[in-house]
Amino acid sequence: MDLIVDNLELIAFYAFAGLCLASALAVISVRNSVHAALFLVLTFFSAACTWLLARAEFLGIALVLVYVGAVMVLFLFVVMMLDVRTEKLREGFIRYLPVGIVVAVLMLMQMVVLIGVRRMSGIGLADIPGKDFSNTEAVGMKLFTDHVFGFEIAAVILTVAIIAAIALTLRRRAGTKHQDIGEQVRVKASDRVRIVKMPSEGKPEVRQ
Amino acid sequence: MIDWLRELFLAWGPFGLLVWTLIKILVIVLPVVLGVAFYVLFERKVLGWMHARHGPVFVGKVFGIGWIQPFADVVKLLLKEVVRPTNAHGFLYFLAPLLALAPALAAWAVVPFDDGVVLADVNAGLLYLLAMTSMGVYGIILAGWASNSKYAFLGAMRSAAQVVSYEIAMGFALVGVLVAAGSLNLTTIVHAQNGAGGVLSWFWLPLLPLFLVYFISGVAETNRAPFDVAEGESEIVAGFHVEYSGAAFALFFLAEYANMILISFLTSILFMGGWLSPFPETVPVLGADGWWWLAVKVVFFMFSFLWLRATFPRYRYDQIMRLGWKIFIPITIVWILVVALMVHYGWLVQLKA
Repeated sequence: MDLIVDNLELIAFYAFAGLCLASALAVISVRNSVHAALFLVLTFFSAACTWLLARAEFLGIALVLVYVGAVMVLFLFVVMMLDVRTEKLREGFIRYLPVGIVVAVLMLMQMVVLIGVRRMSGIGLADIPGKDFSNTEAVGMKLFTDHVFGFEIAAVILTVAIIAAIALTLRRRAGTKHQDIGEQVRVKASDRVRIVKMPSEGKPEVRQ
Repeated sequence: MIDWLRELFLAWGPFGLLVWTLIKILVIVLPVVLGVAFYVLFERKVLGWMHARHGPVFVGKVFGIGWIQPFADVVKLLLKEVVRPTNAHGFLYFLAPLLALAPALAAWAVVPFDDGVVLADVNAGLLYLLAMTSMGVYGIILAGWASNSKYAFLGAMRSAAQVVSYEIAMGFALVGVLVAAGSLNLTTIVHAQNGAGGVLSWFWLPLLPLFLVYFISGVAETNRAPFDVAEGESEIVAGFHVEYSGAAFALFFLAEYANMILISFLTSILFMGGWLSPFPETVPVLGADGWWWLAVKVVFFMFSFLWLRATFPRYRYDQIMRLGWKIFIPITIVWILVVALMVHYGWLVQLKA
């Protein structure tokens, strides 16, 4: 019993990390594309939980806010609207598998080398910060002092990308009817209804 | 008494802590659920009075008001059969109402009810709230898709587009608040409004455009009238929950009303000074800060939800999108700049010594 209590954080980490891996595998293996998108949501969520365990609450919550709350909603939106034929997409699975494995191994090696070099050069892993440490403040300080130029350049690139994406996809189709809101607001009753003055016809005579 | 109970549970070690936390969660969730029940009654009475009729009067008639009506509704809903359409997607169909309700309740973890009375006094409280409220849309989308029905799907699509659009304006309004308060912690945000100007230094005045944008976006986020095209009974019957019945429908209902109460709480805390008293400290009784002031403000905003519903006709869909994207987002972006300048030049709140 004490073993469980003492290692609660470790157990939670393995549970979330395992869930993360399992759902990531499910993303590429389930047949239904909507289910795949939902498993991707679960992957993001459990990754955010492991980050929370590592006291990186800003990154964890931002991951949920941006990816789960916005990006995946739009993704799901599109996947539900499209009629994706997964069998067709799946045809080359075995053929491309070796390439995928090579890429995966390369990425794993990069991670191992990066962590190993840091360990050997004595940087080590960061200490777990105290209770009053504000992760959000620390990230903000770093971003807006040491990395301010990189941050601003990234912001400009993103803005340009948004404008480019809109400009590329905006089509003006002929024959569509648009509403001019300004015109709708400016409209007066006299533009819509014409009141015709005419003399009253009087009461019709009642025949006996 | 409370301290003594806390000591008692904590003496049991980690499991005592677990039980104690569960008790605290229940102490928050039960009043929220009860609040939802009476909010429904409140809504029906207020709408009735605004329409010059009576609303519920027969079930539990005391002072001419049917006080037991919400419980009669609950019993009726729970006794009804939960129907699953033949072609519905089984697992997701039943997961959807849970996914709608869970974030609506989880968000209450960081809401302070009085100075220091909060379940989790976390530093990133505002971020957590944004993350939780943004997840509520999954319940709606999945309900629409898993029902395998045209009307439900159309309602879900409308709702998803609307919620995602208004979330941006809502997030920007919150950015203004956190720039003004200099903190993401909700308790600290209330303290930051405790200025020398009394009511005038609450954030509703310096952040007036953001305050209005936040509350209106909150109405749109909860898919309430006049932004309720997601339900639009004249066009798509009841939107995303058209196929749900009985207890499953009750969960959607609970989630919607819990979200409305949550938005009322957040508007009161972020812009109306939370539990701060509108009177100066020198006034006896009325001048004291406390949870009752928060309750008064929350009830006002809850009433405003119903007031809007009884007053305005439903927006057209393109008008909703225009309001969100072309009016609210530019207003909030400009006002964030103004707030940043106010903070920089020290024009904002002069705190009490």
